[in-house]
Amino acid sequence: MGRKITTFGRIIRTGMVNFVRNAWLAIAAMAIMIITLTIILFSVIVNAAFSNTVAQITNRIDVSIYLKDSVDKGQTQKLLGQIKALPNVASVTYLSKEQALQSYERQNAGNHDLLQAINETDNPLPATIRIKPHDLNQIDQIRNFVEKPDIAALQSDPVSDRSNARETVNKITHATNILRKTGVAAVLVFATISVLIIFNTIQMAIFNRRDELQIMRLLGASTGFIRGPFVVESVIYGVLSAVISILIINAIFITASSSLQATSFGLLDIGYSQAFFETHYWQLLTVQLGLGIFIGAASSVIATHRYLKFKTPKK
Amino acid sequence: MILLDRVTKTYNKNLGPALDRISLHVEPKEFVIVVGQSGAGKSTLLKLLTREERPTSGKIIVGGVDYDKLKDKDIPLLRRKVGTVFQDFKLLPNRTVFENVAFALEIVGVSTKEIRNTVPKVLDIVNLKGKEDRMPQELSGGERQRVAIARAIVRQPKILIADEPTGNLDPKHAWDVIKVLEKINRYGTTVLLTTHNQEIVNRLKRRVVTISHGQIASDRANASYTTTLNTPTK
Repeated sequence: MGRKITTFGRIIRTGMVNFVRNAWLAIAAMAIMIITLTIILFSVIVNAAFSNTVAQITNRIDVSIYLKDSVDKGQTQKLLGQIKALPNVASVTYLSKEQALQSYERQNAGNHDLLQAINETDNPLPATIRIKPHDLNQIDQIRNFVEKPDIAALQSDPVSDRSNARETVNKITHATNILRKTGVAAVLVFATISVLIIFNTIQMAIFNRRDELQIMRLLGASTGFIRGPFVVESVIYGVLSAVISILIINAIFITASSSLQATSFGLLDIGYSQAFFETHYWQLLTVQLGLGIFIGAASSVIATHRYLKFKTPKK
Repeated sequence: MILLDRVTKTYNKNLGPALDRISLHVEPKEFVIVVGQSGAGKSTLLKLLTREERPTSGKIIVGGVDYDKLKDKDIPLLRRKVGTVFQDFKLLPNRTVFENVAFALEIVGVSTKEIRNTVPKVLDIVNLKGKEDRMPQELSGGERQRVAIARAIVRQPKILIADEPTGNLDPKHAWDVIKVLEKINRYGTTVLLTTHNQEIVNRLKRRVVTISHGQIASDRANASYTTTLNTPTK
């Protein structure tokens, strides 16, 4: 056990020394890894921001029906029950005449003339039922039900639904899908390039030290003892690249919000993106570290494999 | 300690075997000199013993390890039991004398404290006391070879294989190296030495195995050797 710990410590130390000695090669390998990790991180954040935008807009879409003043409590309760029983209904909110007025007053709190005019009349607002659908694309089911003649008869005004929002949602969803696909493609391409470059870096490091590796082999060094330092070296690339990529994204947000004063970029909600980045800071860092370590370790294990095989041709 | 039974090694079928049905038995604590001209098969024999090469046929047992049953992952363990010295020294160029010898112990996970304790003793055996901090390129050929021997024996192997350790050395340095090998042998290590050097063979008066064209031409105790005849005479 003690020997294993000693050996492990030596492997780590040798890896760190090699990292410093191969600084120039390390910079090349890390540059590409940083780009890869930054793209991945950026894609994750943009994706979260777009999903949030879609959710927000979706949340605002509802079907509102306005009840005649003559509709009594019993009829209202019966109607609410029927609506709740419909498929695709996420929530039903009932606003009485008074609540509708309060809500209206809150919405127009700055407009004194309007409020005064309203107060002079005998509450002209109807009681309202707001129905939120689960699935926007099936909002017509709800509409069809509330427009049936017997239910329409209870209503003072035509059913309103904000279906123009549906188009916006579709557009965003479409854009998100395209972005997601291009993001995945970019990530794959850069991850591949990054693995290849790290792979080559390690191979060059091995090539420079092939005599040393041969000597180690002849002296009876185990595969792990020879390979270990290379793995440690490329894991250091991974860790540093992950941290730097997080710092880059952080810097981008600071620049965007402070000096550019931007709150959104096209459909991208920068405020939310930044908030998402800040609240998920540690998770994102962990994922980045995990990816960096994985890319580094995998490429070095593959790169060393060829040089560490025992020369034992078949009989 | 070392047993070869009808061992054949063929690299290229068109060229014929490098070693042809060689049988050899070396007792513990023996000092055996293997002689033969270049290309006779000496190096092949040693590469088979360190498992750098596999025999085409035949059986090899070294220190109780049957090479037929040796898995790739156990090769490092075998090489730790057998000390090896090479003609071209194979020292790590970026490390000091001390670090080169220490490296053999680092591989097997010996503690730093133990390394600090053991390495100077071994450097003393090979007469390199006081040169711990030199780099290999600051040493003479003979000194480098003694560093290599120190590295080979620091793990106290039962067997030391020395492949032309004096090949690159002038006579004085060559003899220094041989004296160290004799000393190690006196401490109880089996030594297998290959050499071209007629004078060394004749002065040592040990068992001499002559390899010629891939076969054992002679195997005699306390023998001398002349390169012109290429066979030892009593």
